[in-house]
Amino acid sequence: MTTASIQIRPSSTLVFSAALLVFVGVVALVSLVALPQDPFDFITDEPFMPPAAGIWLGSDYLGRDVLSRLMDGTRITLFMAMTATLLAHLIGDTLGLTAAIRGGILDAALSRIVDVLLSLPKIIVGLVVVAALGSSIWVIIGIAAVVYSAGVFRIARALGTDLKNMDYIMLARSRGEGTLWILFGEILPHVIRPLATDFALRASFAILFMSSLSFIGLGVQPPLADWGGMARENLGGLSTNPLAAIAPAIAIALVSIALNLLVDALDDDARH
Amino acid sequence: MANIILWRLGATLLILLVVSLLVFWACEILPGDVAQVALGQYATPENVRALRLEMGLDRPAIQRYLEWLVGALQGDWGRSLVTKTPVSSLLSERLANTALLAGVTTLIAVPLAVLLGVVTTMWNGRAFDRAATVSFLALSATPEFLLATLLVLLFAVNLGWLPAVAYLSTGSDFGQTARALLLPTASLVIVVTAQIARMTRAILGSILSQPYIEMAVLKGIPRQRIVGYHALRNAVGPLANVVALNVAYLVSGVVVVETIFAYPGLARLMIDSVQSRDLPVVQACAMIFCATYVVLILLADVLARLFDPHSLAERPTDAL
Repeated sequence: MTTASIQIRPSSTLVFSAALLVFVGVVALVSLVALPQDPFDFITDEPFMPPAAGIWLGSDYLGRDVLSRLMDGTRITLFMAMTATLLAHLIGDTLGLTAAIRGGILDAALSRIVDVLLSLPKIIVGLVVVAALGSSIWVIIGIAAVVYSAGVFRIARALGTDLKNMDYIMLARSRGEGTLWILFGEILPHVIRPLATDFALRASFAILFMSSLSFIGLGVQPPLADWGGMARENLGGLSTNPLAAIAPAIAIALVSIALNLLVDALDDDARH
Repeated sequence: MANIILWRLGATLLILLVVSLLVFWACEILPGDVAQVALGQYATPENVRALRLEMGLDRPAIQRYLEWLVGALQGDWGRSLVTKTPVSSLLSERLANTALLAGVTTLIAVPLAVLLGVVTTMWNGRAFDRAATVSFLALSATPEFLLATLLVLLFAVNLGWLPAVAYLSTGSDFGQTARALLLPTASLVIVVTAQIARMTRAILGSILSQPYIEMAVLKGIPRQRIVGYHALRNAVGPLANVVALNVAYLVSGVVVVETIFAYPGLARLMIDSVQSRDLPVVQACAMIFCATYVVLILLADVLARLFDPHSLAERPTDAL
């Protein structure tokens, strides 16, 4: 009796993290339509003005509205993280599952490439590529997609290897089903859940990675700013308006923590 | 056992070779004309041509790669495009500063994290344990720059106790160095401790579900002793692995923390060089960071195998 009631009621951390992520998503959508102020407009001559009525988070280093820039940054940050993670999973899942089913030289070659990618510090890869190509939103998304696809590949390959020798796959093969059909029709439905969990975790890594690049000045370039970029450009105002630097950094932490709690809750759920 | 370690060592050397190829390719071939990149778009064609000759860009790429690799192995990384001085002279002091930061962080974080992991496991399920578990998760998911910014706000801006900028000079005494190191180290220690403590807790948790622990429980051995003695002894291998991996992850933490405190380390040098497109310096820093990372991952792997009780038994079939 009690176990049944526990199973129906989702845990409080799950509710908290899901609610927070939905809220952030809504803020990103709202920012597409309307913002309190123009995020690029100088609303005051005073840099780092403390919060006041109507300017709830004060002004930034150029006298722009921090709240509007934070909301605009939500859109940029989420777009970059989602795109990079989607690309990483698209590359990693397809190649990982294909490698597992086909085996042979393809598997060996892809696995060695992934070994090399995983033995590189990601932030250093980011720095070298930015040194070579310069920085833009798409360069950063591309770097994150490639470095995180390696970890996705490992997981997808392991999941695929577990499944490929199962009787029903053998049966599908003997029916003459092709690799692609087996991949999407027979295997994908069974691995979608662990892969979705990995997506959430990978998205939290991607957010931290890309905002770190922006924070050190090599990510999104001004006047655009993601959360990491905002935390950087407003560091000089800690004594008069600390919120300008700290609010975006807290936003990153909250989203990253919510994603991790979500993954933990989903893992627990899967175990019971 | 020795065979496995030698085999892994060989694989590591091979990976380093591949990494050197990638770094060279990324810095010298990917950008197109390196001389043009170094001089910017307003350079005259004569200047670009002169720099191309000076950098030896007229020779084939494979020859330049081999010369660069042989030079790097001997500690000669070429000359900086910006300062025109040998890259190696820029590196040594920066490398020592970063090693100091990472070393002090490791010395503090590792014992602290293992202790926290063990204590929370002993107090499994109590309020303290639950609070600690959530805090570990939250802190390990927090960006280093939030922690660093909060520490600066509190200790440098509001209280005025510590400098916000870590100014290190060769003449500074121990006290000055310690003050400069305190905030950068604290930022890194918090993140690394949370990560290692969280993993320690997970490792001990999985060991505690083993049958021999159940046996110990049934014999009436108190939980403190089971966790602190029986479980911990068998956790040494996985723990050594976790510690080495986390020291490797310090690379990204160091990059962020050196930025915020303007700490004169190798990461700061690399970021400055990326901004000024001083590619020989970027190459050198990238190779040093990658080599350190790869070696630490090798160490993690070897330690995990050395301490694994199963590997002590003669099992030749497991050689692969």
